[in-house]
Amino acid sequence: MNTALSWIKAYVPELECTDQEYCDAMTLSGTKVEGFEKLDKNLDKIVVGEILKIERHPDADKLIVCQVNIGSEVIQIVTGAPNVKEGDKVPVVLDGGKVAGGHDGGPLPEDGIKIKAGKLRGVPSNGMMCSIEELGSTREMYPAAPENGIYILPADTEVGIDAVELLGLRDTVFEYEITSNRVDCYSVLGIAREAAATFRKPFVPPIVEIKENDEKIEDYVSVEVLDQDLCSRYCARVCTNIKIGPSPEWMQRRLAKSGIRPINNLVDITNYVMEEYGQPMHAFDLDTIAGHKIIVKRAKDGDTFVTLDGQERKLDSEVLMICDAEKEVGIAGIMGGENSMITDNVKTVLFEAATFQGVNIRKSAKRIGLRTDASGKFEKGLDPRNAEAAINRACQLIQELGCGDVVSGMIDVKTEFKPLVVLPFEPKRINALLGTDISEEEMLAIFKMAEIEYNAETNMLTVPSFRQDVLGVADLAEEVARFYGYDKIPTSLPGGESTAGKLPFKLIVEAKAREIAEANGFSQGMCYSFESPKVFDKLLLPEDSELRNTVTISNPLGEDFSVMRTISLNGMLTSLATNYNRRNKDVKLYELANIYLPKQLPLTELPDERMQFTLGFYGDGDFFTMKGVVEQFLANVGLNKKVEYDPKNKKTFLHPGRQADMIYDGVKIGYLGEVHPIVCDNYDLATKAYVAVIDMPYVVERASFDHKYEGVSKFPAVTRDISMTVPKTVLVGDIEKVITQRGGKILESVNLFDVYEGSQIKEGFKSVAYSISFRAKDRNLEEADITGAMKKILNGLEQLGAELRK
Amino acid sequence: MKAKLEEIKKKALESIEASESLDKLNDVRVNILGKKGELTAVLKSMKDVAPEDRPKVGQMVNEVRVEIETFLENAKKKMEQAALEARLAAEEIDVTLPAKKLPRGHRHPNTTVLEEVENIFIGLGYEVVEGPEVEKDYYNFEALNIPADHPAKDEQDTFYITGDILLRTQTSSTQVHEMEKGKLPIRMIAPGRVFRSDEVDATHSPSFHQIEGLVIDKNITFADLKGTLAVFAKELFGEDTKVKFRPHHFPFTEPSAEVDVSCFKCGGKGCRFCKGSGWIEILGCGMVHPHVLEMSGIDPNEYSGFAFGVGLERITLLKYEIDDMRLLYENDERFLKQF
Repeated sequence: MNTALSWIKAYVPELECTDQEYCDAMTLSGTKVEGFEKLDKNLDKIVVGEILKIERHPDADKLIVCQVNIGSEVIQIVTGAPNVKEGDKVPVVLDGGKVAGGHDGGPLPEDGIKIKAGKLRGVPSNGMMCSIEELGSTREMYPAAPENGIYILPADTEVGIDAVELLGLRDTVFEYEITSNRVDCYSVLGIAREAAATFRKPFVPPIVEIKENDEKIEDYVSVEVLDQDLCSRYCARVCTNIKIGPSPEWMQRRLAKSGIRPINNLVDITNYVMEEYGQPMHAFDLDTIAGHKIIVKRAKDGDTFVTLDGQERKLDSEVLMICDAEKEVGIAGIMGGENSMITDNVKTVLFEAATFQGVNIRKSAKRIGLRTDASGKFEKGLDPRNAEAAINRACQLIQELGCGDVVSGMIDVKTEFKPLVVLPFEPKRINALLGTDISEEEMLAIFKMAEIEYNAETNMLTVPSFRQDVLGVADLAEEVARFYGYDKIPTSLPGGESTAGKLPFKLIVEAKAREIAEANGFSQGMCYSFESPKVFDKLLLPEDSELRNTVTISNPLGEDFSVMRTISLNGMLTSLATNYNRRNKDVKLYELANIYLPKQLPLTELPDERMQFTLGFYGDGDFFTMKGVVEQFLANVGLNKKVEYDPKNKKTFLHPGRQADMIYDGVKIGYLGEVHPIVCDNYDLATKAYVAVIDMPYVVERASFDHKYEGVSKFPAVTRDISMTVPKTVLVGDIEKVITQRGGKILESVNLFDVYEGSQIKEGFKSVAYSISFRAKDRNLEEADITGAMKKILNGLEQLGAELRK
Repeated sequence: MKAKLEEIKKKALESIEASESLDKLNDVRVNILGKKGELTAVLKSMKDVAPEDRPKVGQMVNEVRVEIETFLENAKKKMEQAALEARLAAEEIDVTLPAKKLPRGHRHPNTTVLEEVENIFIGLGYEVVEGPEVEKDYYNFEALNIPADHPAKDEQDTFYITGDILLRTQTSSTQVHEMEKGKLPIRMIAPGRVFRSDEVDATHSPSFHQIEGLVIDKNITFADLKGTLAVFAKELFGEDTKVKFRPHHFPFTEPSAEVDVSCFKCGGKGCRFCKGSGWIEILGCGMVHPHVLEMSGIDPNEYSGFAFGVGLERITLLKYEIDDMRLLYENDERFLKQF
């Protein structure tokens, strides 16, 4: 909301402060100032001048030479403006002064434009006559200004006075951010009331008195509200003998500074009252109202209606309409109809000030696709008491501005008002909540400024109807706090029982995952949780894959962000591809984030959110690099048993011969592998890439950071190396399993040191070599221990089809 | 005898002097002091010396021996020293050659900031908790005093899954889960992902992170909220950081405030980060609305509390002077490696 400070000051006449002081104080009391613009910041040395004489320029057809009386002297000004004549009063910027913009009305330069005396085609010119654009405004906001020409001031203007002041530009426009609970502050009076309380100065709202004529409104119009659930109050008044013309300058200026274009006295009055009271109004030409009857009722599904902007609108049975005896004449609270629009020929005006139900207006405006200043105000839920005040103010202005006569009486169709909120005055509780020691007197003084009435006898506070946000003691505490000053409230730390700060176990395991990933050169990425359903095709997932059952967003930003991911690889592959295509070498990334697996579809309960530890890289390294990182992580979170790698469960998105599920304790806790070349292609990743995904809930369940010292043997280890040939199909993992199972208690470690296929090894076989260490905790091993263990191992290996190489 | 010993000594010293290598030195040692060496031979011939002279001769032989050994030792040390110096000289490297890159990944800047925030609050006795990202309408809105048809529901531009299930728009939903557990007092922070239907641009993302804070106990005051956030701001942004509380409105707190900190880039003088104001808005907060307490089964007459919500990305962007939010989700390693 934008409002000139001068308009606020009209209701807080004792308010005196700089723009910055006002901005700071209002923001600190809860009416946030987003910014302010000093209208005269680039207007300097501009006075009213009178053109005494105009002569042609001797050397230029399009220029004229004017002698201008600026009060203290007569100066010569050369201009190209076509619209001036002798006797005109005009704004003149003197030598060394400043204007806000150029005559073409383009964007205003930050520091304005300096004006200096000089010569135009050889003729001295000692200043400049100004157009409205040069003064920083527009013809829209100053309808009296001519097109392409100097602004001509009224003939009776005094020569030599400050033209900036005269044009109402010695002012500052403030932009406020009003919070949605303060409906009352979407009005000049509401903000002025806050300003008065903030600066502790008297608030002087306009006094509304109307001289009515002796006609009765009942003879003009009747009102019937059929759907009172959507219209709690409908006030109507009639003004006759309407004379359309421009509104007075002071009103035009105030509207212009609020960003509202002045049109004519009648339109300006309704806009003015909407700004001033925050109550939208509508004016009908009564002669277009059939039967002189207003009926407020819901539209029918499929109805259409042409609003006064000439657009046809589709209606439905939840849209409230204003109708006459025959037809619809306006969409309630949103926009009037073309068929009852005010024209310059209007004789009699019917004013409407109503209270429509906010939620209904909001939803209707959304469905119809038409949000107006009026609907924006109605949707916040207005105070029905304000409707009467506003309509009376409008009638007062009609009369005071000589725009017409006010017919006596008001038609008022209303439901019973909500009772005013009455709350006990509990100063102790307020202080307890704030942690302050504010006196009762101070609190009551604040309530008085906020127009919250105190009854000393009952010790009760009555909240005014326009403060729909004050409902309980916490709200009263806020009133006290913000006018006392948030900055004056002391600071302390919570007392009471002490609590231990901590991370939950899950987050500790995740922290470990980050540590291990980073120690191995992987950097942390972050991806979106939602993606396109097309990723399943990119990952070559079969049509019947469970991963295609997604938690789907009903109102996504687009298909690309429409399903909650069920697999974390798309994010990883996309990120790797981004890096690859930017020529980053050897990129290693990891991510810790959720996937979302629906328990059933359609969703009736929350999905299973599973934290995934995803690793991916390209460049330096291979399958076994990834395997090393994964094993390091598992060992670091206490998963000390051997992880088994099962290559049988083929995943479509991984290389069929270079992938494995990770099995721990019989449970699949993740998988790793080389990305399938077709999938790489689908991601524009023209290199080999490796990924691993660990399903963290399984890991967290089994993780432990407990360690027990086991004793370090003082006795030496004995090592035996063996080399064997085995059929290619035998997995190294199977060989190791045999060695581990058969090595007995004295087996300390098994290290593969060679795998070889090729010449010297017969077709279909490979050579595998191990170094096996034995050690006892309590004694030196004897030869018999070693040979016994080795014999068992060798027997087992023979069963696998291994031939020992000598 | 004496002359013979002098002879041996002289010869030994001369040979040592003449030795060019450790091997030669060793030869000298063997020739003179070894089992078959000349001096050893003298000792062996002691039996021929008159018994009364033996101690004297023995002493003389020993003196010569010690003298030769010392000389030998010194020569050896000198030679070793020279050899070492020669080796070190030969091994000189160009220290300006590039460093070997050791693998070390980089933490996402969001995580680094989050960990800082977590550490501050853990130190103040807060537990870190998590809540679901796909959430029931009740926890995201209704239980936070945002009933159906409340304008705030529109303002937040929610992604819906079904009529009742949505992507949480704020970590405040975690407050409700924590209060419902019924364990008091509560001191918690809840970091996590939240979602709002904002198109992606330099300052908006449909997915971002918040950190929620909640304290509920007897006698918790607005002054406690101010004090806590002042400590937080000083810890995060530096000891000289000032904090400003401005009244604001949130449906689930009353009184509510927005909090500005003095600009940690310019110290409050005004710069491009604070848009010249000297202040940077970092969070929203307030006293937990009595109605919110009631809905979660906590008696507002006995307990009070405060809550706050910080936008993680906002702090990350400001702290590291990152000018485009999209960089946080692109995962370009050249970006990530800067943190």
